[in-house]
Amino acid sequence: MSQFLQQVVNGLSLGSIYALVALGYTMVYGIIKLINFAHGDIYMIGAYTAFFVTTYLGMSFIPALLVCMIVCGILGVGIERIAYKPLRKAPRITALITAIGVSYVIEYTMQFFMGTSVKTYPKMLPDISWQIGAVKISYIQMVIFTVTIVLMVLLTFIIHKTKIGRAMRAVSADENGAKLMGISVDNTISITFLIGSALAGAAGMLVGLYYNSASPLMGMVPGLKAFVAAVFGGIGSIPGALVGGLFIGVAETMVVAYGSSLYRDAIVYIILIIVLIVKPAGLFGKNEREKV
Amino acid sequence: MNTKIWKSAAAVCLTSAMVAGCSNAPASNGNAATGGADLGDTVKVGLNFELSGPTADYGTKERNGAAIAIEQFNAREDKPFTVEGVEIDNKGEPAEAVTATTKLIEQDQVAGVVGPATSGCSIATFDFATAKQVPVVAPSATQVGATLKPDGSAYEFAWRVCFEDSFQGKGMAEYAFNTLGIKKVAIINEVSDYGNGVSAAFKEKFVELGGEVLDETQYQSGDKDFASFVTKIKDLDFDGIYVAGYYNEAAQIVKAIKAEGIDKPIIGADGFDSQDFIDQVSAETANNIFYTTAYTAIEPSEELTRFIADYNAKYGEDPSMFAALSYDATNLLLQALETSGKTGADLNEAIKNIEFSGITGSFSFDQTTHTPKKNVLVVELVDGVQSNVESVKVE
Repeated sequence: MSQFLQQVVNGLSLGSIYALVALGYTMVYGIIKLINFAHGDIYMIGAYTAFFVTTYLGMSFIPALLVCMIVCGILGVGIERIAYKPLRKAPRITALITAIGVSYVIEYTMQFFMGTSVKTYPKMLPDISWQIGAVKISYIQMVIFTVTIVLMVLLTFIIHKTKIGRAMRAVSADENGAKLMGISVDNTISITFLIGSALAGAAGMLVGLYYNSASPLMGMVPGLKAFVAAVFGGIGSIPGALVGGLFIGVAETMVVAYGSSLYRDAIVYIILIIVLIVKPAGLFGKNEREKV
Repeated sequence: MNTKIWKSAAAVCLTSAMVAGCSNAPASNGNAATGGADLGDTVKVGLNFELSGPTADYGTKERNGAAIAIEQFNAREDKPFTVEGVEIDNKGEPAEAVTATTKLIEQDQVAGVVGPATSGCSIATFDFATAKQVPVVAPSATQVGATLKPDGSAYEFAWRVCFEDSFQGKGMAEYAFNTLGIKKVAIINEVSDYGNGVSAAFKEKFVELGGEVLDETQYQSGDKDFASFVTKIKDLDFDGIYVAGYYNEAAQIVKAIKAEGIDKPIIGADGFDSQDFIDQVSAETANNIFYTTAYTAIEPSEELTRFIADYNAKYGEDPSMFAALSYDATNLLLQALETSGKTGADLNEAIKNIEFSGITGSFSFDQTTHTPKKNVLVVELVDGVQSNVESVKVE
């Protein structure tokens, strides 16, 4: 039993990361119906940014996290302006292919400039862990949970309580209608990219710290899994991304613990297939008004 | 009118095909006495490496090692010819590796090829290189049977300077059982030719010696989360954990094991051999770790000291095992070029009979497998530093 609970904790910390990345997918999809395949690479850039500011500028955790979020947010907006905006009226498949192209550009640019080896983080967080009942939670796991929860609460607040959030919901529901109401669609879309990318940047830094490493292709697999998480939760739905991310993290961990570790990735995709067959809209997919 | 043109065109084609066929004939016979042209003043050597893509790290380091070998050769005063390295990127994909080899041989007319780094890419190039009679020396194609054709005989022009994966597994099994006194192990391996090959050989030998395997877990290349694996095995009564994989994942496995407070010996293979491994684990935790390797910088020879110095001067870091193997592979090819003074089959004959002394050991080739006969080294990490070496002879 204690082992089971420990595995749940392991799964939740993994899942928190997926959830943060999945939010970016879901927000962007919600607003312009684009699956932004470059999102996983923004997460990678986050990990590298954190590596730089902590190693060379000696920043501590919180400032580094903020820098990561700002850098990734700006990068996200830049990508949107350069690559996706000119294609907004183009068929959806065009934008999708462009997204894949952008993803490769980022990956190989990083490989070119940063080299192919893994960059190792300095030790930033203490090696403490707490024994809570039967489970052991390490400092970094605690940090991951805390940051994820804080960001989720903040995001929910932005979306539901602020003017920008209302604009985002409006554009998501009806772009032309929103325009008629005097909402600047372009700015709203940019802000969506900004927030989504900033979250990915935070996730990148957390992962970098958790595994104390960053590499140019690190975003590919987590990016895909986060995408699966977003679809699982109902793409376009914010609570869906959270639940989807946590679910995928726990499912993966349980497969390693009680099944065969060989199938950990396969399980993730099998879940995706089942969800698409049984409930194509995803867990929370029906709630149209929640879309952002 | 039309028919006439076609006929004459066909005739031209036929004739040229026959002429080409004739001129090719002696080369394709592979006659050792006549098979090979003399070397000019400049000899081109192909460097076919993974310079981008997921395995770029190995390929880049091997390219660097080969470049040092070529530079040192060209700096010699008594050099019989100048060597020009022709670099090409195979992106870590077997199909690209074949294309790259084709270009090197057909277009650049190289005398021999060093690389690729990975087994899959290397194997893909052997058939074509053998057909074209251009020797390929693979630095690190450690896969079991990599140099063998499907019928079990070796590709005539394919060579490697590393030992096979299975060799390392066996070596570690003997060392762990006899020297470290490990009787019960948990095994975790990457699902790849490398991970499966090493762990299967380890398990076979370990069980044969009387050891017991308590748990076997697999993971995929690129996996990062091993907390779940450690939680699963932590209550088992093992004396050691065998990790068969490359350093990025291996480092995460070791970190997860140490984070759980398990201080049993962690044993592994040459996939551990990288500074990145130690950086990721962190030096103060990198203790009680043993792995097999072909290369160590402890008690370096004069040649090795020079290699390390030159490498450091050019790339600003210490060479890894991959760089060292590639340095040896390149030097082996250059030595054979120098002794034979020829290309093609003559060059190949020189490689076949070579007595080579390099920084990863002195060896000659096993004539049936084209694999060197050398010992496995087992090194121990103490505070992240390679500390004790033991040479294990594997039967």
